[in-house]
Amino acid sequence: MQPIPRRILLVLLMLLGLGWTVVSRASPDSTTAGSIPAPQVGFLAPDFTLTGSDGKTVALSSFRGQPVVLNFWASWCPPCKAEMPALQAVSVAYEGRVAVLAVNAANQDLPANARAFLSDNGLTFPVLFDQDGTAQRLFAVQSLPTTFFIDASGIIRDLVIGGPMTEAGLRARIGMLLGERR
Amino acid sequence: MLPVLQLGPLALRTPVLLVLIGAFLGLGLAERRLPKGGPTADQLYTLTFIAVVAGALGARLSFAALHFGLFRSSPLNLFSLDASLLDPLGGAAAALICLLIYGQRKKIAFRPALDAFTPALAVVAVFLGLAHLASGAAFGSPTSLPWGISLWGAVRHPSQVYETLAALGIAVLLWKRFGKEPVPGRLFLVFLAWSAGARLLLEAWRGDSIPVFGGMRLAQVAAWTVMTLALILLERQNGRKDRTPHG
Repeated sequence: MQPIPRRILLVLLMLLGLGWTVVSRASPDSTTAGSIPAPQVGFLAPDFTLTGSDGKTVALSSFRGQPVVLNFWASWCPPCKAEMPALQAVSVAYEGRVAVLAVNAANQDLPANARAFLSDNGLTFPVLFDQDGTAQRLFAVQSLPTTFFIDASGIIRDLVIGGPMTEAGLRARIGMLLGERR
Repeated sequence: MLPVLQLGPLALRTPVLLVLIGAFLGLGLAERRLPKGGPTADQLYTLTFIAVVAGALGARLSFAALHFGLFRSSPLNLFSLDASLLDPLGGAAAALICLLIYGQRKKIAFRPALDAFTPALAVVAVFLGLAHLASGAAFGSPTSLPWGISLWGAVRHPSQVYETLAALGIAVLLWKRFGKEPVPGRLFLVFLAWSAGARLLLEAWRGDSIPVFGGMRLAQVAAWTVMTLALILLERQNGRKDRTPHG
């Protein structure tokens, strides 16, 4: 029976672990710090400039100062179309407080179909057309719909791949962006 | 990185697929290495089923409780197929509670049950590392080392690879002990201690650590706590073994 050496080993292991935790403390540049643009939670949302359905150009960075719900969609995508009423509802409910932006994957969609869908459904939030796929590449969109929840300082706080998202799901995440709990 | 696997019209979430494959393989291994005095194969799968169902229901109910106002105005959202309406912590708590209740009612011994699931946990841990690699989550801190990978705007430690290799190493080292550990609960404690130790070590190279207490990483503090508790419990088991006449 040799309990003492084993217990000394245990204590040494615990002290070693504690020491490692202190030695490997996070320095300011070892974590994301939110300053690098990347399509991942905790990072700065990459900026892009696209043309909207009204012909005007819009930059994502122009919305800095308010939270943004950024949704990528296409008219051939059933869950994309299914969640549009929910996006319309929250854009109205949070008008002036949160910006809702829909980016149409125009490089893989028919413009006529996309515009017909917009007019048939009376969507009032800005819809931008990603003609050459630049925004989709910047945001590493590989599946539609994909929705990014960006806070007022431009940091991505949540990301939902797939859908359709319900109004409750959108409101819950918008509430998080606004620092609310319902 | 491969977050989505496109198979014709189907867009499969690769990380979810990898974890499911890991769970499938892990349960198969666990079934073949059941410990004496532990659950039967049928009970193993029943416990898994209960965990999944209770976890899903608990996650939805917990999310609804956290966002009560949203669900009060639209109660049908409780039955929505929207996967974003789930609270993972609530789901895990619900699964654990239901497992404990079921285990007590069916008189399934607790410590052998933990040992029975350990092979599955070990395999799932490997596939979780691969899932992180596929999604780009659990990413590393910037580095200039030659094996750095380009991810999220910088060359970073391949922390997902470190995670996968550590989990694989633990699974290989424990392989021969699966189903053969004579002391109930010991296998699980060893797995827990080694896994927590690995996380304590590897977190130093993560780029997504949550700093607390003057820069110390939250995951390291938690891992140290879990590792210490597991080691203390193992030491208590060793102490009891030393005191019994037949050893």
